[in-house]
Amino acid sequence: MKLIFERSVPGRGQDIFPECDVDIRLPETPLREEAPKLPEISENEMGRHYTQLAKEARGVNDGFYPLGSCTMKHNPRINEAMASLPGFTNVHPLQPADTVKGCTEAIDTLRNILCEITGMDDMTFQPAAGAHGEFTGLLLIKAYHKSRGDEGRTEIIVPDSAHGTNPASAAMAGYKVVEIKSNDHGTIDMDDLKAHLGPQTAGLMLTNPNTVGLFDENIMEITRLVHEAGGLCYYDGANLNAVIGMVRPGDIGFDVIHLNLHKTFSTPHGGGGPGSGPCGCKDFLAKFLPGKRVIDGEYTQAPESIGCVTGFYGNFLVMVRALTYLLFNGSDGVPELAKNAVLNANYMQEKLKDLYPVAYDTTCMHEFVMSLESIHKEKNVSALDVAKALLDFGIHPPTMYFPLIVDEALMVEPTETESREVLDNAIAAFRAIYKKIIESPESVAASPVTTPIKRLDEVGAARHPILKYDFSGEKAE
Amino acid sequence: MGTYIPNTKEEQLKMLHEIGYKDFDDLFKHIPEEARFKGTLNFPKGKSECEVSAIVSGMADDNKVFHKIFRGAGAYNHYVPATVNAIANKEEFLTAYTPYQAEISQGILQSIFEYQTMICELTGMDISNASLYDGASAAAEACAMTHDRKHSTIYISHAVDHRVREVVDTYSFGRNTKVVVVPEVDGETDLKALKEMLEGDPSAACFLMQYPNFNGIVEDADQIASIVHGAGAQLIMSVNPIALGLLKTPGEIGADIVCGEGQPLGLGLGYGGPYLGILACTKKNMRKIIGRLVGETTDSQGERGFVLTLQAREQHIRRDKASSNVCSNQAQCALKASIYLATVGPNGLKQAATLCTSKAHYLAEQLEKAGLKLTYDKEFFHEFVTDCPDSGKLLAALEEKGILGGLPLEDGRILWCATELCTKEDMDEVAATVKEVF
Repeated sequence: MKLIFERSVPGRGQDIFPECDVDIRLPETPLREEAPKLPEISENEMGRHYTQLAKEARGVNDGFYPLGSCTMKHNPRINEAMASLPGFTNVHPLQPADTVKGCTEAIDTLRNILCEITGMDDMTFQPAAGAHGEFTGLLLIKAYHKSRGDEGRTEIIVPDSAHGTNPASAAMAGYKVVEIKSNDHGTIDMDDLKAHLGPQTAGLMLTNPNTVGLFDENIMEITRLVHEAGGLCYYDGANLNAVIGMVRPGDIGFDVIHLNLHKTFSTPHGGGGPGSGPCGCKDFLAKFLPGKRVIDGEYTQAPESIGCVTGFYGNFLVMVRALTYLLFNGSDGVPELAKNAVLNANYMQEKLKDLYPVAYDTTCMHEFVMSLESIHKEKNVSALDVAKALLDFGIHPPTMYFPLIVDEALMVEPTETESREVLDNAIAAFRAIYKKIIESPESVAASPVTTPIKRLDEVGAARHPILKYDFSGEKAE
Repeated sequence: MGTYIPNTKEEQLKMLHEIGYKDFDDLFKHIPEEARFKGTLNFPKGKSECEVSAIVSGMADDNKVFHKIFRGAGAYNHYVPATVNAIANKEEFLTAYTPYQAEISQGILQSIFEYQTMICELTGMDISNASLYDGASAAAEACAMTHDRKHSTIYISHAVDHRVREVVDTYSFGRNTKVVVVPEVDGETDLKALKEMLEGDPSAACFLMQYPNFNGIVEDADQIASIVHGAGAQLIMSVNPIALGLLKTPGEIGADIVCGEGQPLGLGLGYGGPYLGILACTKKNMRKIIGRLVGETTDSQGERGFVLTLQAREQHIRRDKASSNVCSNQAQCALKASIYLATVGPNGLKQAATLCTSKAHYLAEQLEKAGLKLTYDKEFFHEFVTDCPDSGKLLAALEEKGILGGLPLEDGRILWCATELCTKEDMDEVAATVKEVF
């Protein structure tokens, strides 16, 4: 497919801006010598270019998207309509507080609902994504220990099943990361946890249910032990969809959390953002929260605030979408999300586990992890191969090779917004692929065959990076 | 209650039975009793889409929307071409995940590759990432890129937007790095102080300047580059992308890293977000750049294709040794910026920049004639500072006429901004209001 630069013809373009109604005056400073080589293209040609790109992209609206740990649920249209209201999109972030009452109300309403759902007391919306929320939460923990003069707490404990962002965020917050083992049931090894707790422990980061889709049944004991050692407990909200309305992190010992509005609360992923990663906390941490908000008609910042993690108030228009979703579902609808997310996952797990061994054969939460270790050994077909084979069935592959504690992992998260027929179709696809694995494993390894592009040379891409278009080739023509 | 769950209650029950559970309680029975939430969530029950639409629209109506805006300071009121949202909101783009599965994500990957190319063209840099959260967090990550064992102190000009400085400070609290502010004199970086401070500190990693700076002034970046490089530090320029339609590029100046707020490129004001963090650098920093990168490669049949690349820098591979924790970024905002840049093209971008700076100079002249003194006698782009005897009074008078005046600063000064959306008539009205008030 042509790049937009290859469709560009000098002299073409689109008429957007008016003639200048005052004298032209350029800055008397050095100016750029050459115009940027941006596309020169008519609206029609440009529109078709992007339509073609859209055809080679795949969203939730194109079909089943069971991407574990990412909660690719339906993105309601009403969310988009509300986020496009001129009364939101045309508001300058530095307008006087009394002219942004609607924004303030939207933020406050969303904060109240999310605090109620999570059992937290306060929340900042400044973080723009989940990892950003983690970083913010860890800075709250750091500020807390510092405020108590307890600066010997230099370690953050992270289970070996954790998302990669957890240890990366802890390192960014200046902590040493201590990894603890999972036990045979896929949950935290309590002895290993105890062995690593001590006066050096700043906190524990935990996803519950964890990344293998299991609810840690020792959770009350885990948070109690961390608190006893003087540490704080951080809840990674990536998997909140599994327990929303059923379990509140604030009730089971967590002091600080982040949420992913682009997962649990139905805002679209946009091909990799913008998301929103609000960070909630208990009262005793609220004085450290970052950013400003309108309280009693004045922009106010918490007294011992850690500062700011984005320039203004976070991804406001993403927050409007999440608010819309929550008003629609309401307090009665929220627990239904978890119930049906968990039902759909167990339904698929149960109907596949005879062919694809699950890593931990028990009731899962909103997602489950299959291990293709034996298939890989016996048939030389990998998790990657099966993922690519699903593409030929029009299904977005599950998350591959994660969590790291499961060999040849495929992690499936159907979400609650898929119907039984969709699940049945996906189950049939998995089973058809299994048949191919037995009958002609090499054909599975050769998939996908129906996609516009075949398997790509990733090693070559990293070895000889080409990260922008080379215009010199064009000139030579 | 509204719901997006397709399966009926009967279907749900049937599925439960089929896999061996009596009901939902049975399905959740492994969750320990003491961990369960047993109360009722204390917020309103669900509503129909019709009712929700009315509630949220009511909130939007409670905001005051200004149609004449002379305030910038990090968020700029530019025209958003109709193509931008029409194209970027296509469902395939909007509802897609991060393009890890390259075979079915070529559209997203290619659009990011095109974005990276456009940002390189705009800035004169060799490499651009796929985007970061916003301009302020991009500045903080840019600073982090310059750390090594010997260089860990971040120098930052006081003439950089204080919001950006605050985010750099907060990130530095995390990373345990030192931030030193270089003072400003007459509205721009004090070059003498800069030279002394950098030359006296072998641990200096970088100097972050803003171009044009917070006061709107286009600083002498060539001289700054020579001072910074002379001291063995790296130069980071935080840029306004519209200004780069005219101004000498960071590439021509010799900057090592460029960051910036991409909001002016078709994103609208949106009460502060989502915006777009721009991050670009020279080749020598390629393996230190933070965030996702898309690279060109070929598929098994020799066709050109695109993949996420150099992932060994990133959190999902390197975990606590990663250069940053960035995962989700602002992909759809980057797409909007690309569509904006493709729509306006090289001539349109130059035209937008010319309109902005011409109008800002007209506004400055009219305000001066009306009695407001320009605080600094310096070359500016589309923002400038005036003194004002009573900024509260003036801004209130403007607000009554539906005009959002400049941003009030300390000591009664005002930071004004003009963009292509400000007409001569509107600017004359602002000047007339000044005369009425004082």
